[in-house]
Amino acid sequence: MWKWLHPYANPEVSYHFTGKLIPWLSALTVLFLAIGIVWALAFAPADYQQGDSFRIFYLHVPAASLSMGLYFAMAVAAFTSMVWQFKLADASAAALAPVGAVFTAIALITGAAWGKPMWGTWWIWDARLTSELLLLFLYLGVIALHNAFEDKNLAGKAAGILTLVGVINLPIIKYSVEWWNTLHQGSTVSKLGKPSMSIEMLWPFLFCFLGFALLAGVIVCIRFRSEILNRNSIRPWVRNLVSAQLKTLESK
Amino acid sequence: MPISNLSYRAVFLLVLKRDLTIALRHKDDIVNPLLFFVIVVTLFPLGIGPEAQTLSRIAPGIIWVAALLATLLSLDRLFKSDHNDGSLEQMLLSPLPVFILVIAKIFAHWLITGLPLILIAPLLAVLLHLNEQSYGALMLTLLLGTPVLSLLGAIGVALTVGLKKDGVLLSLLVLPLYIPVLIFATSAIDTAALGLPYSGQLAIIAALFFGSLTLAPFAVGAALKVSTN
Amino acid sequence: MQFDSFQAFLNMGGYGFYVWLSFGVSTVLLLTLLFSSLKNHKQVIKNIALRQQREDKLRQVRKNRQNAQTTIENEVSK
Repeated sequence: MWKWLHPYANPEVSYHFTGKLIPWLSALTVLFLAIGIVWALAFAPADYQQGDSFRIFYLHVPAASLSMGLYFAMAVAAFTSMVWQFKLADASAAALAPVGAVFTAIALITGAAWGKPMWGTWWIWDARLTSELLLLFLYLGVIALHNAFEDKNLAGKAAGILTLVGVINLPIIKYSVEWWNTLHQGSTVSKLGKPSMSIEMLWPFLFCFLGFALLAGVIVCIRFRSEILNRNSIRPWVRNLVSAQLKTLESK
Repeated sequence: MPISNLSYRAVFLLVLKRDLTIALRHKDDIVNPLLFFVIVVTLFPLGIGPEAQTLSRIAPGIIWVAALLATLLSLDRLFKSDHNDGSLEQMLLSPLPVFILVIAKIFAHWLITGLPLILIAPLLAVLLHLNEQSYGALMLTLLLGTPVLSLLGAIGVALTVGLKKDGVLLSLLVLPLYIPVLIFATSAIDTAALGLPYSGQLAIIAALFFGSLTLAPFAVGAALKVSTN
Repeated sequence: MQFDSFQAFLNMGGYGFYVWLSFGVSTVLLLTLLFSSLKNHKQVIKNIALRQQREDKLRQVRKNRQNAQTTIENEVSK
């Protein structure tokens, strides 16, 4: 069933595939983000309880979802690399980590900026905020561990183990608002089919969410390609590519 | 240009630039102690409980103790790698006064370790619900105190750089030296929380700073000569 | 349009500071990430090119030395 994926295990094929993907993803990103952000800032209605501060929602929730989704993707990559000895997965895990860390930071910062006017405090040590902070530490730890090794193969293995150990944090974050009585509000979108959010807020949210997801995709693709080049620098296809790139740079 | 013709300022800048370049190539040395600082501070609310009252009462102590421990962890890189590849001995053998080299290295260490700590501390203070009036005191005590930590810590590292198993020994040597800074800094921050002037405590920390700035390099030089003989 | 004037838009019903802080920090972080990733990519390519140049140079030096060696041997054996 997965035979069609097999060619992409070749670094060169994946490099060129993602290279072709980036322009399309970038165009879609700009489209969705432009529509989503403008809609969220200027056209979406203010919440009747929270007023215009609710507009932070359109940043905060996509960022938080992506922070968890990207970690999950990283864990899948680590698992693939370990079980099927799929070296390319190490490169994608290394590419995902910084992007996930940035989205986690955005989620925490926008959450704090939203919490100050709403709850009266920038921070509170409840289950969801603490586990999201923990997620940030896990990301940073994975990045630090990866950078500590000279040999990128070993680095990938070590970072992969750490990623898989940390994946238990994800269900804790997701369900923390249900398991513990916390200050953070419950989920409004995840109930598929009947979200408890009005339709006028749902549309800009979806645009923002997709826009940020596509942006994450673009950046991950860029970093993925850099990782492939770095790990395969002795291969002839890389050498040819590099000299071709240099020639085009010099001819400019 | 013969080495002995370099002015003190040129030597200082040369060594400073070298250490900063090395540190920037090994970003781990900058990021890891900083992350340690953040994580240690995070542990306290999780262990003690999230009540804002309790946390704000002990916040100054937590931040300062975490800063001490993070600085302690980062001290190792001050002389270790230079000692391992022999460049430390070369620096000591040169006709240039040792205290210039030492001050340059310690300044580089402070820029890499102390300065990021100072910049991140306000964020951590928010996490610990530090009293609003204490932020100024927190920043000032860290600004004056972290150089003292680097200077005094350098003495400890210089004494132990030649030893094989010096990890815990370094802490035993250096932490007692850090205790005065800790006491006066937390006292200043607590006093500020009450709305009272804290310039007295700041003055003492400043005195510690200038005292260690003038005397520590000589102690470090002597210790290095002992360690590398 | 939910706002009557640009002033009202900036003010965000009193929450202006928090809303614009959020959007501002997010923009800065994401743009920094994007540009840093692009710069890193160019740096990787440059590093590989440098290494290749260095290896080519070494190979050239080695070849020259070998040629010099063989010409000397030829002269001697004549």
